[in-house]
Amino acid sequence: MTDSRADTASLTDRIRAIKAGAPVFGVHFLGDVAVFVLGEEVLLFADAGGERRVGVHAGAILAAAAADWRIVTGGDDGRLVATDAQGNQQTVATDEKRRWIDHVALGPDGAVAWSAGKTAFVRTGKGEVRFLDAPSTPAGLAFAPKGLRLAIAHYNGVTLWFPNYVDAAPEKFAWKGSHLGVMFSPDGRFLVTSMQEPMLHGWRLADGKDMRMSGYAARVRSLDWSAGGGFLATSGSDQVILWPFQGKDGPMGKQPRLLAPAQARVGVVACHPRQPVVAAGYADGMVLLLRIDDGAEILARRPGASPVTALGWDAAGARLAFGTEDGEAGEAGVLQL
Amino acid sequence: MSDKIPVTVLTGYLGAGKTTLLNRILSEPHGKKYAVIVNEFGEIGIDNDLVVNADEEVFEMNNGCICCTVRGDLVRIIDGLMKRKGKFDAIIIETTGLADPAPVAQTFFVDEAVGAKTKLDAVVTVADAKWLKDRLKDAPEAKNQIAFADVILINKTDLVTAEELREIEARIRGINPYAKLHRTERAKIALDEVLGRNAFDLDRILDIEPEFLHRDDHDHGDGHHHPHPGGGLKHYHDEEMQSVALRTEKPLNPDKFFPWVQDLVAKDGPSILRCKGILSFKDDPARFVFQGVHMILDGDHQRAWVEGEKRDSRIVFIGRNLPEEKIRQGFESCVA
Repeated sequence: MTDSRADTASLTDRIRAIKAGAPVFGVHFLGDVAVFVLGEEVLLFADAGGERRVGVHAGAILAAAAADWRIVTGGDDGRLVATDAQGNQQTVATDEKRRWIDHVALGPDGAVAWSAGKTAFVRTGKGEVRFLDAPSTPAGLAFAPKGLRLAIAHYNGVTLWFPNYVDAAPEKFAWKGSHLGVMFSPDGRFLVTSMQEPMLHGWRLADGKDMRMSGYAARVRSLDWSAGGGFLATSGSDQVILWPFQGKDGPMGKQPRLLAPAQARVGVVACHPRQPVVAAGYADGMVLLLRIDDGAEILARRPGASPVTALGWDAAGARLAFGTEDGEAGEAGVLQL
Repeated sequence: MSDKIPVTVLTGYLGAGKTTLLNRILSEPHGKKYAVIVNEFGEIGIDNDLVVNADEEVFEMNNGCICCTVRGDLVRIIDGLMKRKGKFDAIIIETTGLADPAPVAQTFFVDEAVGAKTKLDAVVTVADAKWLKDRLKDAPEAKNQIAFADVILINKTDLVTAEELREIEARIRGINPYAKLHRTERAKIALDEVLGRNAFDLDRILDIEPEFLHRDDHDHGDGHHHPHPGGGLKHYHDEEMQSVALRTEKPLNPDKFFPWVQDLVAKDGPSILRCKGILSFKDDPARFVFQGVHMILDGDHQRAWVEGEKRDSRIVFIGRNLPEEKIRQGFESCVA
């Protein structure tokens, strides 16, 4: 049974449908250009002028991150490639053992981080490459919002690394279990990981105090901070779960806000860059826009054939791009608000 | 019914012939493509297939179950391989000689994303005919691999006498009477004996009689005919690792059985490697089948009992120092 949301206000007629032709694993905007990350080899660029495909890897695209003028992708061909909105490519790094590039993160001043095997690498804005061996294979990377600090998620915790201070020992934040994704809060006060189990873990950086955020039905694969950083929106349940981070204790001792219960599971969330609004993509293909303050819903896309796997806003928040898992039909699109 | 990608796990102690078997699988003219997860590059070189290096990272789960471990590297690698879905027909995981098969198997039951896209087909163990007997004494890993297996290749049979071969076969049977046993030289075997076995498929749990009772012929088309041990079959009881097989013709009460089996694996899960069962519940027209790895149980109604079919319940545990009498009494107390 799918969720029709018959009485919900709808913007579905403003979608420009795009035939991706392959599963979509991510979508980012470079200025006015929506860049869809497909499972294998190709980035699909879509703008007012049309669509074009740019081959960037000889194999699967395992990781992607975008900022400013470029999208940086890591592939199972052992290459890290930066591509601009015109489709111009530059190889940032090639793994000498041709290992998979599992994760990519972009930092301040043009810094790029990636991981291959057990090693995390940072290429600074000045072009210096440094590396650090993690205790186990990194499962997530994130730069702190200020300074050159990289969080590396791995088994039994997170390592916080200062690539510019060669003599400084990395800081360790320990919590038993396998940490798969990692994020800083926009104000840099908190570090949050998603775990192998259906739960999140967090630390307050000032004192290392632990936070557990649980109650999910499935592994949390998508997290995003609301505009201003007041809430952390998350997937992993049949509603959008938002943890409050306004106070000095973050979500400790507080209940999350639960929005838009549905018959399908939320697979991906993306917060509007300026307004207190979150977009949620469901396993039945539905996309909803939700106002965080009162839970008001707008239907952005009706349920379709396959799960929503990617959502991305442009910088102004005027357009929302989405992609789905279905390879052949490759349902995707851009919603003009 | 299922477009899940089948996954075969190759285990075996150091030097038993895993890589030989893997190379044989990859080089046969089967027209299939495999994604192969290995621990060391270099020893296999087939251009057609995807080869990925793994690191055997065993992670404990935070679910209060001490033996519940997964292979973190497999969670990551299978997620990556699924982006190439359509480029290969099956996945083969070659473990190191010292690896425990349980975390590999449990990954497919515990990780939702892995379980949604792939299915465990079978654990295939290659054993060295000449050295296995010694390894069973000094290497707990080797014993684990035998106990866990669905299919066992007794390899390098050309290096032992017929008497030694009977001896090693009996040793293996003392640990795991349920695996399908093959005698091979240089890991030569028909591929359908190791691939596409559906050993973890509940629909395929048809029979859990000990394998040696079948007396099927071990002729592999390799020109040799191996005489069967016949009346001279030896029986060994491994002091540490053994199987407990129970049967009753009385229908079981599900409200007694499920709490009992869940409590059993919760307490004795660390020592129970594998279990399987076909059950007849009172007033239930359908067969119930289940299987498990350590503390993880997976079960469902399979099909209706057929007219004239013998409605008995059979259950098998393979494990280390199993409390046989306690299990027996517990099972008997589940009678309706």
